[in-house]
Amino acid sequence: MKSAFVTVGTTSFDELVACVVANDSLQILKSLGYNRLVLQIGRGTVVPESFSSDSFTLDVYRYKDSLKEDLQQADLVISHAGAGSCLESLEKGKPLVVVVNEKLMNNHQFELAKQLHKEGHLFYCTCSTLPGLLQSMDLSTLKCYPPGQPEKFSAFLDKVVGLQK
Amino acid sequence: MSAKKIESFEHARTKRDSPPEHCLHRIPRSREVRQSWLSSVFTTLHSMWFSFPLVYHLKPDLVLCNGPGTCVPICVSALLLGILGIKKVIIVYVESICRVETLSLSGKILFHLSDYFIVQWPALKEKYPKSVYLGRIV
Repeated sequence: MKSAFVTVGTTSFDELVACVVANDSLQILKSLGYNRLVLQIGRGTVVPESFSSDSFTLDVYRYKDSLKEDLQQADLVISHAGAGSCLESLEKGKPLVVVVNEKLMNNHQFELAKQLHKEGHLFYCTCSTLPGLLQSMDLSTLKCYPPGQPEKFSAFLDKVVGLQK
Repeated sequence: MSAKKIESFEHARTKRDSPPEHCLHRIPRSREVRQSWLSSVFTTLHSMWFSFPLVYHLKPDLVLCNGPGTCVPICVSALLLGILGIKKVIIVYVESICRVETLSLSGKILFHLSDYFIVQWPALKEKYPKSVYLGRIV
């Protein structure tokens, strides 16, 4: 069972949801060997119907308390460019495709996707270029994401408030 | 959603049978995603109406925040406490990891108001030498 997980985080990204369930995207996913697609759609207004056939399953939901399980089971994550979604996927070592929402103001999310792509950790695209990317990408070229160092921050904070010299 | 996560996180780290060491307060958002700038001025002032009494009541030693704009009224209130001679509050702002080369609007505002401004990418440390760079936190 090879599964792809699509997440839009806490907001909505109707264009991505619509794009992923469009016929051409589904065909590409099937041709790449995926037989399960899980869609976390947040508060989006595009709500595809879940279905299950012999060859393919589509699960759709809005939110879960934790995406840990769906991320764990995914062989591919297709995510909006939100930092939380990206970093959670990368920390789990999942191949990640980030779809940038061109409608968001200043498109600041793009900066993070661009940087992480520069460092070789993910692929990024827009809704219109997603099918092309899915077809051409080579996931084996992605590099592991080294974890952050929160202990440096906590040590700094301890000094600032005087808990540590 | 965040409230639930906080509760479960705090529950996990509090020793059994001891009282909780945290409390949750809510203030209105200063600005919704895609909200117009003009109306944001009014919603931010509305948030100030709640933020200042809260900060006055709590008199924190430290305000730790990372945007978005919702933190601005809290930080302004903390600054006011200092200006009015009531209490010096340390303000630490952590710019979002999303910000690689440019600051967010909250960041641009808080850069001048905070005591410590933390960035998570070297390009920002170069542009804003007064900021603090400790590598990526996440």
